[in-house]
Amino acid sequence: MKRTATNLFFLALPLLLGVIVVAILIVLVVPPNTTLGDVLQAFWNGAFRNLRRFSGVLVFWIPLTLVGIGLVITFRAGLWNIGVEGQMTLGGLFAAGLAFMLGEGSPLVIIPLCIFGAMLGGALWASVAAFLKVRFGVSEIFSGVALNAIANQITLQLIAGPWKPGDSDKAQYSRPVPDAARLLGVSQDFNVSVVGLVVTIVAVVLVLLVLARTRWGLNLKAVGKNPRSALLLGVPTTITAFSALMVCGALAGIAGSQRILFTYGDVRGQFAGGIGFLGLLVVLLISARGVWVPLIAFLFAIMLNGGTQLQFLNLDSSLTGVLQGALVLAVLLANGLRDRLRKPKQAKG
Amino acid sequence: MNIELRQIHKRFGSVHANNDISVTFAAGRIVGILGENGAGKSTLMKILSGYQPADSGEILIGGQRVDYSGPQAAIAHGIGMLQQDPLDVGAFSVLENFTYGQPGGLTFNRRDAEWRLNQLCQRFGFDLPANTPVEMLSIAQRQQLEIVRLLALGVRVLILDEPTTGISADQKQQLFNVLRALAQEMQAIILLVSHKLEDVIALCDEVIVLRAGQLVGAQQMPATTSELVSLMFGGQLPPQARIQSHLGDVVLRLENAHLSDRRLAMRDVNFQVRAGEVVGLAGLDGSGQRPFMRACAGLDKLLSGRVMVKDEAMTGRPYRDFLAHKVVFGAAGRLEEGLIAGLTLTDHIALATTPGWAVDWAEAERYTNARIEQYHVRGRATDNIEQLSGGNQQRVLMALLPEDPVALVLEQPTRGLDVESARWIWQQLLARRDKGSAIIFSSAELEELVTYSDRILVFYAGQIYEVPDVTRTSVDELGHLIGGAFMQAT
Amino acid sequence: MDDALLNILRTLVLSATPLVIAALGETITERAGVINLSLDGSLSLTAMVAFGVAFATGNILVGILAAMLVGAVIALIIAVASIELRLDQVAVGFVLTLLAADMSQFWGVPYAGKPTAGMTAAYLPLPLLKDLPIVGRVFFDHNILVYVSYALVFGIWFWLFSTRPGLAHRAIGERPAAAFARGTPVNRLRYIYTIVGGSLVGLAGASYSVGVNPGWATPPPMQGDGWIALAIVIFGGWHPFRVVLGAYLFAGLRALAGAIQSSDIAVPVTLLNTIPWLLMIFTLLLVSGGVIERLLRILPRGMQNRARNFLRSDPPVALGTRFDGEQR
Repeated sequence: MKRTATNLFFLALPLLLGVIVVAILIVLVVPPNTTLGDVLQAFWNGAFRNLRRFSGVLVFWIPLTLVGIGLVITFRAGLWNIGVEGQMTLGGLFAAGLAFMLGEGSPLVIIPLCIFGAMLGGALWASVAAFLKVRFGVSEIFSGVALNAIANQITLQLIAGPWKPGDSDKAQYSRPVPDAARLLGVSQDFNVSVVGLVVTIVAVVLVLLVLARTRWGLNLKAVGKNPRSALLLGVPTTITAFSALMVCGALAGIAGSQRILFTYGDVRGQFAGGIGFLGLLVVLLISARGVWVPLIAFLFAIMLNGGTQLQFLNLDSSLTGVLQGALVLAVLLANGLRDRLRKPKQAKG
Repeated sequence: MNIELRQIHKRFGSVHANNDISVTFAAGRIVGILGENGAGKSTLMKILSGYQPADSGEILIGGQRVDYSGPQAAIAHGIGMLQQDPLDVGAFSVLENFTYGQPGGLTFNRRDAEWRLNQLCQRFGFDLPANTPVEMLSIAQRQQLEIVRLLALGVRVLILDEPTTGISADQKQQLFNVLRALAQEMQAIILLVSHKLEDVIALCDEVIVLRAGQLVGAQQMPATTSELVSLMFGGQLPPQARIQSHLGDVVLRLENAHLSDRRLAMRDVNFQVRAGEVVGLAGLDGSGQRPFMRACAGLDKLLSGRVMVKDEAMTGRPYRDFLAHKVVFGAAGRLEEGLIAGLTLTDHIALATTPGWAVDWAEAERYTNARIEQYHVRGRATDNIEQLSGGNQQRVLMALLPEDPVALVLEQPTRGLDVESARWIWQQLLARRDKGSAIIFSSAELEELVTYSDRILVFYAGQIYEVPDVTRTSVDELGHLIGGAFMQAT
Repeated sequence: MDDALLNILRTLVLSATPLVIAALGETITERAGVINLSLDGSLSLTAMVAFGVAFATGNILVGILAAMLVGAVIALIIAVASIELRLDQVAVGFVLTLLAADMSQFWGVPYAGKPTAGMTAAYLPLPLLKDLPIVGRVFFDHNILVYVSYALVFGIWFWLFSTRPGLAHRAIGERPAAAFARGTPVNRLRYIYTIVGGSLVGLAGASYSVGVNPGWATPPPMQGDGWIALAIVIFGGWHPFRVVLGAYLFAGLRALAGAIQSSDIAVPVTLLNTIPWLLMIFTLLLVSGGVIERLLRILPRGMQNRARNFLRSDPPVALGTRFDGEQR
């Protein structure tokens, strides 16, 4: 009985500490005439005031969950896929490119093709990092950062060149994606892509099943914990690492396509919007335990959507990022603290 | 100056590693600390040299009680220890390693340091080029470097932990000469930790014997092997009987193989092993056994030549395919290469036995429990592998091997195990040998090579020499061969 | 020599300064066995702090010191997380880099686009030295921070390779057990060098906002440089001289891109912007084992070893690992 209570306390401790840190931070940063309550209210209103706001949360949730569940795969394989942001970008660009190429036609054909193209684009970009990693041992962290930057430049080049809206070279956006490729919301008020929701839920379930029940899932774990031993136990380590990055890239690609085919309807600079990095934070927060991804992604999506309301309090929307970062850092540190406090006890008992 | 240990106790969890040990070492004496692996001799020496604190007990130097924490403080009292794997910095040059830890100001004068290093080297006949990175040195040279470093720090009590493992007969002779000189000329105390009786008999003035954490005897030398054995084991060990197995067809073959690793290139290597044959690989570390074994198991690609398993060409195929043909490689480190910390026993079994894409966890767990029973593993199917003791991990490794391998390629299969565990491993291996498996293994223990091998290949600087008649060879002869004696002969 | 060319070289040295200082700071940290992956965010945050504090107090030195303090605090978090809490250094560093970048944006709002007149570290052409032909103009006609970077290069090189504490410094990153055996307090020194390295990262951040490119803006103009600095450390083989070479290489390429952009040659800006990143991947490829060996085979045998030793880039063996030996 006492033991369960202690365990529960230890489990909840990091999250509790994280929330406290975030609350203190908010108190510290708000202008004198606003309170902690005002900020929380802003977040709450941003997310739940009405169906429309709530659908805004889900619009962030879809790509964030896709990226998060993909990153669970790479984390399991012991890979730091920082390049996920670029993989989102390439996915979006492939989707947009296909949409522009195919033009008008039946959405039933075009949309699946675009999403498939997005998976291909994301996987392709991931395979560059994977190739550099398995063939030459270049850290996926550095190649990922570089590939992210290059993906952004490709986006800008496409906006300024082949996809420009009019004659101007200085446009911020591409011309709109053809209607046949646009994803539609459920309704005017509940403006969430059905396709996006379905694809995300299917992806989460599939990934969790594959990780738990297949040889590939076990291989990922083995490679992530100790590639040299894994090789001696008959795991195709190179293929496993490569495929982990490719699958994550494909999922990130879908996430990128959502940003273009649904959220924006055109291509613009940095359209991935840091969601890839946020996905990394989500996965770090839950120590890569896949089942928690949808929930934590939802929490982060609330914060993201609430961030748009902060301007009414004269607060810069980057506060959202500060709070999310602080939350994850506090939880990480508290996790470490908890394990340190717990370990000596276990050794004795 | 005498050193006295009084009532030393040390526990690791439930293991009483040192149990009420009291002993005195007199100046100018060379004392052997005998005992099988796990008897507590390394622990006692680590306590004396400051690497580990004792739970209780005291240390007296020249009758004065001393308290110190840390190896640096022990050195200040004149007590230094040469670890089995010398504690040097691989990326440093010889000179930097020699200088690091010596007292002095902010900067050091390279010329002075080099002069001092050369003085000491000349005195003992060591060849240590000052600017060579330590990672390029042999084990014997690294030992020499540690010895001169410790002497320069004023060490008068020198503890050596299994110093003769992994060095050749000539290098051993040189080391022993130096140790004798230190004891005679400087009245130094030399403590030799070893489980090798021939070394102790050759060098020591007296021995103390530890068994299961307790001091069970002391003996003035000379003494006979059988006297020491009965002290170590509390009775005579039955000699290992040599039973040759029936030899079958050739199961693994290297043809004109060209191998290489970072330092060595080996050309035109030809080798074959038959079913039921045990081939031992002797040689100093880094003499070519490793690339040879890795090539046999397909872990490294050949630069040219062929690998054949039974009559199938396997050249260039990945290790996975070798595994499918039941050619299994076992690496020296257990948790580094072989087992995966963080995975359960069932995970390991599932990895080794799942052929398809889906894992049947119920089946895997059932199978795991059967193996746990069969191999007497102390642990549950749901335990993470790192929760098991070293001996039990070794048992799991054996359980992961297929029942009827075609060939086992094993790097130092008994490294760091006590005598009993080592014998258990060999029982398992020989049982498979009797069913027709070929076994290729390397070892730094010459005794083990002579005991179990049907054939012995000696490696020296990438050259391979086959001992003509294994039944007639001895540990001593092998010791000379691994030092490259066959190169002069041929 | 052509005056325009001289100017380009002079700009190169100036604009490389933050990269040099940041990469040297990281070299100090990693030589001790700790990875500070927060560089990119740390540079932004410390640049913002330096400018903000200098702007508010009117004192540039106070701004620089504040930036160094912030850099040191970030490094301290990494040290505590890895040494006391046994957390993954990469994970903590990565979270910190995102957090610090967001913090710089959030707290930098009041300082964005503020006037920068008089907000530069003292410009100080060195007497005598500045009159040397070519070299004088390129190297000795700068603000103080540039000279600080020179001093750091030689100072760190001397420290690491010619002093006793330098031996201990390298040893705790290579083989902490050996350091412990020689009486070196491994974890205490790791704290110290992580913090010293972090404060240099802070100095590097300051050298953007009150040095090379005064002022503050969002998004932070130095975004991405932290990652490049981290790559330079690897390319530089953790050796101060090679690290500086790497930093000048990157800055030179950027100066060249800038020169092309302002000329009449029609090259897409986006292409120029990708070049540093392609170079980053290329340099990391170059120092990876397989590529070196393949390239070396082209060379005559006699030169192979020398070239290998020059290009070799072995990380400190214990980089990113924990040392628990002292507790036992």
